[in-house]
Amino acid sequence: MNAVITASGLSKRYKNTVALDDVSFQIPAGRIVGLIGPNGAGKTTALKAILGLTDFQGRLDVLGMDPRSQRDKLMEQVCFIADVAVLPRWIRVSEAIDFVANIHPRFNRAKCEAFLARTKLTPGQRVRQMSKGMIVQLHLALVMAIDAKLLVLDEPTLGLDILYRKQFYQSLLEEYFDDNKTIIVTTHQVEEIENILTDLMFIRDGKIVLNTEMEALGDRFAEVMVSADKAATARQLNPLDERQVFGKSIFLFDGADQSRLAELGEIRRPSVSDLFVATMKGTYA
Amino acid sequence: MKTLYWLVKREFWEHRGGFLRAPAITAAAFLTIAIMTIIGGEIMGHRFSAQFPLNDSNMGITTDGQMSAQDLQHAGTFLDAVICGSTATVLAIMAIVVFFYCLGSLYDDRKDRSILFWESLPISSWKTVVSKVFSATVVAPVIATIIGIVFGLLLLILGTLLCEIHGFSVWHVLGAAHPIHVTFDIIALIPLYALCALPTIGWLMLCSACARSMPILWALLVPLASNLIVWWLHIIGLAQLSPSWYFSHVTARLLFGLRPANWFEFSSDSLHPVTALDHLGLVDNYATLAAPDAWIGILAGVAMIAVAIWFRRWRHDN
Repeated sequence: MNAVITASGLSKRYKNTVALDDVSFQIPAGRIVGLIGPNGAGKTTALKAILGLTDFQGRLDVLGMDPRSQRDKLMEQVCFIADVAVLPRWIRVSEAIDFVANIHPRFNRAKCEAFLARTKLTPGQRVRQMSKGMIVQLHLALVMAIDAKLLVLDEPTLGLDILYRKQFYQSLLEEYFDDNKTIIVTTHQVEEIENILTDLMFIRDGKIVLNTEMEALGDRFAEVMVSADKAATARQLNPLDERQVFGKSIFLFDGADQSRLAELGEIRRPSVSDLFVATMKGTYA
Repeated sequence: MKTLYWLVKREFWEHRGGFLRAPAITAAAFLTIAIMTIIGGEIMGHRFSAQFPLNDSNMGITTDGQMSAQDLQHAGTFLDAVICGSTATVLAIMAIVVFFYCLGSLYDDRKDRSILFWESLPISSWKTVVSKVFSATVVAPVIATIIGIVFGLLLLILGTLLCEIHGFSVWHVLGAAHPIHVTFDIIALIPLYALCALPTIGWLMLCSACARSMPILWALLVPLASNLIVWWLHIIGLAQLSPSWYFSHVTARLLFGLRPANWFEFSSDSLHPVTALDHLGLVDNYATLAAPDAWIGILAGVAMIAVAIWFRRWRHDN
């Protein structure tokens, strides 16, 4: 078994809220998993548990280690970008490289410098003089030069403009990701990562409400545009969601018989964001 | 070891301004004041020299430059004292810097969230905290001491030049000073200073590690308020605990342990200093560690640092 992360019965309770409620899942190696959920659903708590930054109930195994007790060893194999603003503001580019190079046993200095050479960053520059986009370039350069097995990204592109966001994911895909690596990413900008994900997890109120491979998504979920006269028939098939566009209804089905849907209208694979909105209906109500 | 070395280096990068620049600027400022005073004095002296002719015998130096052995020893003691005094001045500034350094050491990176970056690297919490304790107890004092001694030596040279200008040859008096001996002693006393500063460093770092906001408030409020309660209990006669004892043994040790020569409070009456060098006597000074009081403080400091490490590992809710 080559599971990178195995969680069973994972729970975390804060004073009066349940952040994780008896969650179980498994993430194999070589996947890019999107952990998607509304604010306060427990995404960050789940990531913190994986990174050994918080205590929890239940069992959690990351790369064969318990993140609570073997955190120092675990972090040699796990990289982590929280969000763009976490690099210390006083540090210089050269100092950051020197520090990580001497602290991290799996850091490749040449790789980091090669990546930075393609940016506008200079060795003497301090983080406080950089724009958000430049900070994330530096952070990405440091992380991509580390040969880790698991990369955890928590809203890595928050507040970046679209050029930096595209470049961020492109660099990850082209220069970092391979079969031996696993990436877990949480973000609200679902559309941008939709095409790079191999797996999708929806989390709501501390529970995993959807856990599927992207390839299986099209088999399980279907979106059908139905004209008004067939809408009643469509409703009988228990659609997950219904919305109106240009006088037609768009129905979202979970596990419905594809041949019956074909009679109603044109079938499409739903976008992750439509699926997300349908699944999370009523979250803030 | 390598990780610790780089962690300490990291602390120095971050706090170069406090550890290096603050003492250097202090020394430079005092030197400038000294030079300004001398120049001012020279001009004033020149203006009024007719009315107040300089009486050389006042200075214990006869015009032909001859001094008795005893005079020479006194002069040497005075010169040594100048070095000690200037070092103490710089160390006092450093104490203020280190006070705030400790308060921010485990709090600032939680506040600006850069802790998430540090925690993404394979570094144990204890190494992080120990590197910060080491910076406060060794790096900062060593830098301040070196700057202080250089500052003292420059002051002596300045004084000598002044005398030379007035026609007194005092270079041979400089020979009565013991700059190397004094320097060695002051540096050798840094470990003693570090040990006696541990209660304060431990307390400040504990506040820094566990406060959700404003660590300085906790750091000041807890010792002072508890002192107030002890005082009140004493007034109404409920407790026999003496408030002044509590102040000197608890409050002061938690808050003022960073001051220069912080071990003097443990020294017994056996010290009978005659010269500045006697003040620096290593055996006498280190003998203060024989006092159980000193060790209780050191153990308390270590315990507080241990609790700070625990908080560092588990307090991530921001």
